[in-house]
Amino acid sequence: MATESEGLKLRNAPGTDPMRPALFEVHRVRQETRDTFTLELRSRGPSDGFQFLPGQFNMVYVFGVGEVPISISGDPNRPNALFHTTRAVGAVTKAMRRLRRGDVLGIRGPFGASWPVNEVSAREVIIVAGGIGLAPLRPMIYQLLSQRDQRGRVVLLYGARTPDEILFTHELQQWRTQLGLEAFVTVDRAHGDWQGNVGVVTTLIPKAPFDPSQAVALVCGPEVMMRFTVMELSKRGISKNRIYISMERNMKCGIGLCGHCQFGPYYVCKDGPVFRYDQVQDLIPLREI
Amino acid sequence: MTPRPSEWGPPFRFKPEDLESLFVVLHEQAYKIIGPTVNDDAIVLGELNSTADLPVGWTDEQSGGSYRLARHSRPEFFHFASGPHSLKQYLHPPSVCLWTASRNGHGFEIMEKVQEAGKLAFVGVRACDLHALAILDKVFKAGPLPDSSYALRRSQLLVIAVNCTSPGGTCFCESMKCGPQVDEGFDLVLTEIEDEGRHFFVGQAGSESGRTIAAKIPQEEASSTDLERVETMLNDARTRMGRRLDTSDLKKQLYRSYDHPRWEETAERCLNCGNCTMVCPTCFCNTMEDVTDLSGVRAERWRKWDSCFTTDFSYIHGGSIRSSAKSRYRQWLIHKLATWVDQFGTFGCVGCGRCITWCPVGIDLTEETAAILESNSTSTPGMK
Repeated sequence: MATESEGLKLRNAPGTDPMRPALFEVHRVRQETRDTFTLELRSRGPSDGFQFLPGQFNMVYVFGVGEVPISISGDPNRPNALFHTTRAVGAVTKAMRRLRRGDVLGIRGPFGASWPVNEVSAREVIIVAGGIGLAPLRPMIYQLLSQRDQRGRVVLLYGARTPDEILFTHELQQWRTQLGLEAFVTVDRAHGDWQGNVGVVTTLIPKAPFDPSQAVALVCGPEVMMRFTVMELSKRGISKNRIYISMERNMKCGIGLCGHCQFGPYYVCKDGPVFRYDQVQDLIPLREI
Repeated sequence: MTPRPSEWGPPFRFKPEDLESLFVVLHEQAYKIIGPTVNDDAIVLGELNSTADLPVGWTDEQSGGSYRLARHSRPEFFHFASGPHSLKQYLHPPSVCLWTASRNGHGFEIMEKVQEAGKLAFVGVRACDLHALAILDKVFKAGPLPDSSYALRRSQLLVIAVNCTSPGGTCFCESMKCGPQVDEGFDLVLTEIEDEGRHFFVGQAGSESGRTIAAKIPQEEASSTDLERVETMLNDARTRMGRRLDTSDLKKQLYRSYDHPRWEETAERCLNCGNCTMVCPTCFCNTMEDVTDLSGVRAERWRKWDSCFTTDFSYIHGGSIRSSAKSRYRQWLIHKLATWVDQFGTFGCVGCGRCITWCPVGIDLTEETAAILESNSTSTPGMK
């Protein structure tokens, strides 16, 4: 068997190889909820800023621990600051939570297909998010809200498990009051002081203010939530080719070379993570695909 | 490097003892020669110093879950089917260091590993493995973000192919249209002919490099009888495939078969060992491993072969997407024969039969597929 010879020849040539992480420094850490946090990163190298499209993700490397795919949660019009919002659930994300200002991360990306940025401008957009699924949708919300004059109605239906687990609460308020986002929030369970909706996010769909013959729907959350959301949206009359979902799979390379993220004929890393629903509707109901 | 027949050189014929002159030329051109040789009771790939390292007088006997090295009564160099090795391990090595990182202060620095590739000349490559190489090219080289280390290794390759006239018990390249005749991607192709005491080679160059090398072999013009003999032997080989697979409508049929009961039955036999993916000349899946030294100062990123038969392969927080053995075997087979077509425009299978031979329990992809197609065709229209 061919193996690598010992004595590694090395070179320091940042640039083009997509397998080589670029270095970013932690600028700010923001605890969002008990287990969810946002890192604001700045490039360490000479950089024109980190250009990305809403819905794309990065492979994030923590020194000596490992690398995981994480969606970008910042504003595409603020390329100097890179944001990642994630839950501490595995070795890498737990190590990320321990990082402090000045610590360094490796970033490969941006990778993957974006939300349909061009298709949605000037149209009604209905966004349905479950839990941490709001993070990959936030760049799209920024983008839509920044186009105040040329956009249609933007409606957000957002479900969290409990009131304490609602993400970006301050921003939600701001988007609502200052930028005209029509946001409806629900929680799965709550104590007495919660005045809002209780129930899964799909219960908001029948009454949500949008025109099914016009609207484009963007959906992100657990797979089961997305499946039921699509069912409810379809009942309202949105056609499947105007519904987009964002998928999650194991990824090791981010560029379609490692095989881990296969989903039927697709590589979620490069054909997705955002799919138009009619592309994947035959695969979604299958188990263990 | 896909030569068109118009670029092929004129066919020529040479004596078996002059095969050595080919080795001499390759060594003069600073190639390391890799080819079939006997080791550990199998015909494997290894570095060849001379034609004496070829498996002269050896052959193999293959069937589901069984490979046996055997003596062959005639003095042929290339009378055997595919062994456990393929070009994959040279072009997409099982383990590659991509970069190293070292701590400095709060941060760290990354140094890329400079990938190196010597000039490799592969001797004795079969049509099935050349098709596998073309498939790996599509996977690693054809996309918008190609794998630079694969591309580098690939660019240094010379291929001396040998037409297969000795298909094995698990072969079905004829069904996959990937053999036994070498038809693309070679620099030089040889056919070894041994009958009634006459033993010689017919050769033909498929590229400029091939022509240059061929010119150094003492030779005479091949006669029309020689060429007819090659044709007859290949036609004969086509009839001696140990296995067959009906590929018409295969993709569509398999896409309809996710809920087929056969997957469950096969999973009861499958050991999930991943042998099939290791010996497959096109299975390319890999993983990244990040390692650190004990001091935590230095880290390395390694890319290693991986297999879709492990539960880790599809793990995301909370569990594995494909937690059952059934779903993993299904993923592998449907990838090979259906989804691969949508991903890369070709099957991911070349019919070399290695997955059948090297499966410890002899699970046979052709048999499994046939069982699914058979019941699909007899099932009621409502059945998925």
